[in-house]
Amino acid sequence: MSAVVPAVGQVLVLVAVLALAVPLLGRHLARTYTSADHLGIERVAYRALRLDPDADQHWRTYALSVLGFSLVGILALQALGRLQQHLPFSLGFGALPADGAWNTAVSFVTNTNWQWYSGEAALGHLAQASGLTVQNFVSAASGMAVAAAFARALARSEAGGRIGNFWTDLVRGVVRVLLPVALVSAVLLVLLGVVQNLHAPRVVSTLTGGEQSVTGGPVASQEAIKELGTNGGGFYNANSAHPFENPTPLSNLLEIGLMLLVPLAMAWAFGLIVGDRRQGAAVLGAMGGLFLVGVTLLTWAEMAGPGTVPEAAGGALEGKELRFGTAGSALFAAATTGTSTGAVNAMHDSLTAPGGGVAMFGMLLGEVSPGGVGSGLYGMLVLAVVTVFVAGLMVGRTPEYLGKKIGQREIVLVAGYVLTTPFLVLVGTAVALSVPAGLAGLQEDGPHGLSEALYAVASASNNNGSAFGGLTSGTPFWNTLLGVCMLLGRFLPMVLVLALAGRFATAKRLPAGAGTLPTHRPLFVVLLVGVALVVVGLTFVPVLVLGPIVESLS
Amino acid sequence: MNRTALLDPAQLATALPGALAKLDPRALVATPVMLVVEVGAVLTTVLAVLDPSFFAWSVTVWLWLTVLFGNLAESVAEGRGKAQAASLRALQTETTARRRTPAGTLEDVPSTALRAGDLVVVEAGERIPGDGDVVEGVASVDESAVTGESAPVIRESGGDRCAVTGGTTVLSDRIVVRITSDPGRSFVDRMIGLVEGSERQRTPNEIALDVLLGALTAVFVVVCATLWVVADHSGARVPVLVLAALLVCLIPTTIGALLSAIGIAGMDRLVRRNVLAMSGRAVEAAGDVDVLLLDKTGTITHGNRRAHEVLTTPGVPREELVEAALLSSLADETPEGRSIVELLAGPGEHAVPAGAVLVPFSATTRTSGVDLADRSVRKGAASAVCAWARETGGAEPAEVLAAVEQVSAAGGTPLVVAERRGQEPVRLLGVVHLKDVVKDGMRERFAELRAMGIRTVMITGDNAITAAAIAHEAGVDDFLAEATPEDKLDLIREEQAGGRMVAMCGDGTNDAPALAQADVGVAMNTGTTAAKEAGNMVDLDSDPTKLIDVVEIGKQLLITRGALTTFSVANDVAKYFAILPAMFVVAFPQLDVLNVMRLSSPESAILSAVVFNALVIVALIPLALRGVRYRPDSADRLLRRNLLVYGVGGLVTPFVGIKLIDLVVSLLPGL
Repeated sequence: MSAVVPAVGQVLVLVAVLALAVPLLGRHLARTYTSADHLGIERVAYRALRLDPDADQHWRTYALSVLGFSLVGILALQALGRLQQHLPFSLGFGALPADGAWNTAVSFVTNTNWQWYSGEAALGHLAQASGLTVQNFVSAASGMAVAAAFARALARSEAGGRIGNFWTDLVRGVVRVLLPVALVSAVLLVLLGVVQNLHAPRVVSTLTGGEQSVTGGPVASQEAIKELGTNGGGFYNANSAHPFENPTPLSNLLEIGLMLLVPLAMAWAFGLIVGDRRQGAAVLGAMGGLFLVGVTLLTWAEMAGPGTVPEAAGGALEGKELRFGTAGSALFAAATTGTSTGAVNAMHDSLTAPGGGVAMFGMLLGEVSPGGVGSGLYGMLVLAVVTVFVAGLMVGRTPEYLGKKIGQREIVLVAGYVLTTPFLVLVGTAVALSVPAGLAGLQEDGPHGLSEALYAVASASNNNGSAFGGLTSGTPFWNTLLGVCMLLGRFLPMVLVLALAGRFATAKRLPAGAGTLPTHRPLFVVLLVGVALVVVGLTFVPVLVLGPIVESLS
Repeated sequence: MNRTALLDPAQLATALPGALAKLDPRALVATPVMLVVEVGAVLTTVLAVLDPSFFAWSVTVWLWLTVLFGNLAESVAEGRGKAQAASLRALQTETTARRRTPAGTLEDVPSTALRAGDLVVVEAGERIPGDGDVVEGVASVDESAVTGESAPVIRESGGDRCAVTGGTTVLSDRIVVRITSDPGRSFVDRMIGLVEGSERQRTPNEIALDVLLGALTAVFVVVCATLWVVADHSGARVPVLVLAALLVCLIPTTIGALLSAIGIAGMDRLVRRNVLAMSGRAVEAAGDVDVLLLDKTGTITHGNRRAHEVLTTPGVPREELVEAALLSSLADETPEGRSIVELLAGPGEHAVPAGAVLVPFSATTRTSGVDLADRSVRKGAASAVCAWARETGGAEPAEVLAAVEQVSAAGGTPLVVAERRGQEPVRLLGVVHLKDVVKDGMRERFAELRAMGIRTVMITGDNAITAAAIAHEAGVDDFLAEATPEDKLDLIREEQAGGRMVAMCGDGTNDAPALAQADVGVAMNTGTTAAKEAGNMVDLDSDPTKLIDVVEIGKQLLITRGALTTFSVANDVAKYFAILPAMFVVAFPQLDVLNVMRLSSPESAILSAVVFNALVIVALIPLALRGVRYRPDSADRLLRRNLLVYGVGGLVTPFVGIKLIDLVVSLLPGL
């Protein structure tokens, strides 16, 4: 039972720290996305890019800006990967293959950070820092921008489809939020023992007398934004299991906190932007509730779950770092799949079957518990619209959310959003399991093999980026399939959300009365969580039955 | 209008041919959910033919029954309007109309040849050939065929009582009617279309819900199609027949099958209360209403002023005042006069003293009363009675004037009672307080509306003081005094600018702009054609209170949709527990743990789920037609109650239902 105390203790510490930090950052985020003033450095950026930061964009322009900016990012990253051998600071690494460069480019621009390669053995400092690290900031800022635009649209009334300016949102997200918080976090991480240097690989003699080349680098700086922007792409292949990235239980807890910070704070900011703090608190409550359920189940699964080995060893330790233990690994796994981070400090392939199922379910929820930076918020808000639609009818009014009527056009967009990921995940998995090139990547047969494929496709489609392990994904087939899943899984929902924002910004904001369905009460939060669980459950239970559930029961 | 039982076997039998006709896939395109069921049924039929087994045929039959039950719900709902439509059609038999030619002569033409603008002459005993306005004369008209009300009504040229409906009969006198509708587009034509449901268009919210259901269906199609591949990989090959059964069980068939029946039944409930909605959109809007504008007279108050109390003057004994007031009112047949007798002498007949000469009320004297041998007694408006007193040199005691003031201030109407003995000066005896009486139960009704989040605004031509007093007594939230039609229109615009939905009722031509502007405008059938054209509902009973019923019916319609959607989706959880273990238990025996209902065999489990899925549609037809019970309450409490009943109920019911069906199905020899 003694293991339970630290397991619960770390969660309590996490909750306490977040309870302080989230409202603070939330307030800052709300100001960031609504203020009319520009900082000096921002003005310089706007002038350099020849942008009018005060232009109020129509949602179509906003969406085209997001897509255009991301397209440029993909092309640039692809070029960096393909031409690496000709560039400085490449540590002698050669060009990435075409499919690999495509996969990596899409992966980082979509905030997925799925890595088919070993970071330290495939990419030089230039590609890591100027390509991937830049995308770690801007892909996160893009997601936050879209969520902020959505929140603003809900707050507006009869604004003719105008939802703000993407470039301003992007620049502010980076300059005012991600850079300063990442800087502070990086310093904290260095203090906790994370490596930060620009050395060439150092050759050391090992205990057995052999020689090992140890790659150092700007690890702490990348680590900070990796977690803060729910990116997840590690400097090292072992990701946060590597002692240079995540040396102690304390750094482990800090990294978990960083993953959860912005997604939760975005929910708080949402309440402030729409002018009703309780609405933000309700969304936050739904996110937090789902997350805590995930943590509880995963921790139980790893510490006391079924399986002969775990029972004999008093916990499932295969694939875990002893310095974190089962609880520290379970909490990390719940956080990385509940947010769309995808960093790992343990091999998810080695989680117990129910534990792996919970991790998978966290991603399949569509990344809303609490999800990616920005994407978690708009994902949850789309679910809130679905909830309002059905529940609103049950109070005898045509449905409305925050004073915006939900009519046919809105529901078409919401339905498109809700359909996208299940479609990508299920069809993607079915394709992978029915062609030899897909099957070739699986390490096992039967239920566990299914889990490997399902996990990979779910991770890509939901822009999580964590790998189950066991899957050899660096093949043209998997690189292409997962690349397509990441791309569609990111931008299709984004465009639909922006279109919905356009509708909301055009509509009149109706005042709430006693007959209006209240969307800030605990009952609504429970209902929202229920809708998320039922919708996702009904969609994925059949596949999960054949994968983790069958495995758990054997 | 006759009420029939909600669902009796005879109704089902008559609806059956219609339900079979709707199996045509073209009829099902509008409801994607049921179309998918039909495609599934066709697929399993083919599979059952190719590889016959008792199980395959059972599943096939029940899938077809699922489609049929859905169609049956719609047919039953439509059938309820058919009888009514038939009686309305009887009104449309062709008659001969006497059309006035431009030269002024009359010509006989068939009623179907009449066009808008034609003038026709109708005499006692004749049927009015088409909708129109009376332009000459006055007549009593029997409108029972349309309204069900047997008492004849007066229709006269000019004013707000000029509209006549084609098919109704003139009982007395002769009128000239200007026809206002072309053949086939009359009021009765529209009524027939509405009650039959043939003119039914899906409402915005219904379309939105259909989209959501379509999306859910699409998800489950993908789920089942990919499950085929995934299961194959897992070595648990699933027969296509079973996948089709799973698909039909998962897609929201319950709400998909009942959705249009709910809409038709909602309109039908209005028709049963003698309200005709010109569009389903209006019924839906009624559920959303935030502000109700109610005319004071006839809606909130009885419209007649009734005696409330008598106020004495110092020096005049109460008995004397009572006696005089009674005397002056015995001959008064106005409701006010009768109410004085009722207040002072109790109900019943009271004899007029012998030799009394009755002086009826006239607009010039503004008094009424009685002349006896030695004295005259009068009651009437304060100014008129005081003038009488001054003429004869009588005093005007300050107390009487104060009482008059007091009554006026309280929103009442003061009647001064006076008498003159012989040639003596007139003596003012006291004041009768006439009060506008608020109908019983209005306060409670408004409190209910408030709980529902609806604000009521009383519209009256009275001055602000009177209006405030009545508004306070009736418990309305606000009032608009000395209201002109323009004020009404402005008020509606103002509320709408604030994002609120407004409902109102009206009958006069000058109400037409406001009726058109309001989101829900209920025109009284007694009203003008202009008013009826402007509103989106017509109340055949011309009862303004019905606006409240209309709002409740609108809400009930929306709640029924939401409740059955929730129920339908919640049902899926249990169906998974029935079907998924059954599908895979052969390949993975450990999945038997999930067979929590302990269903007897995989085949019987799947069949039971399919049977339950079909039967639940039939079981819910009465609920869809009647609508879920609606009690005015706050949104939060409504949600909690409906979630408990239809959400939690929807989770639990199928576990019980499927288990019970399995107990029966497992006895079948072929399984």
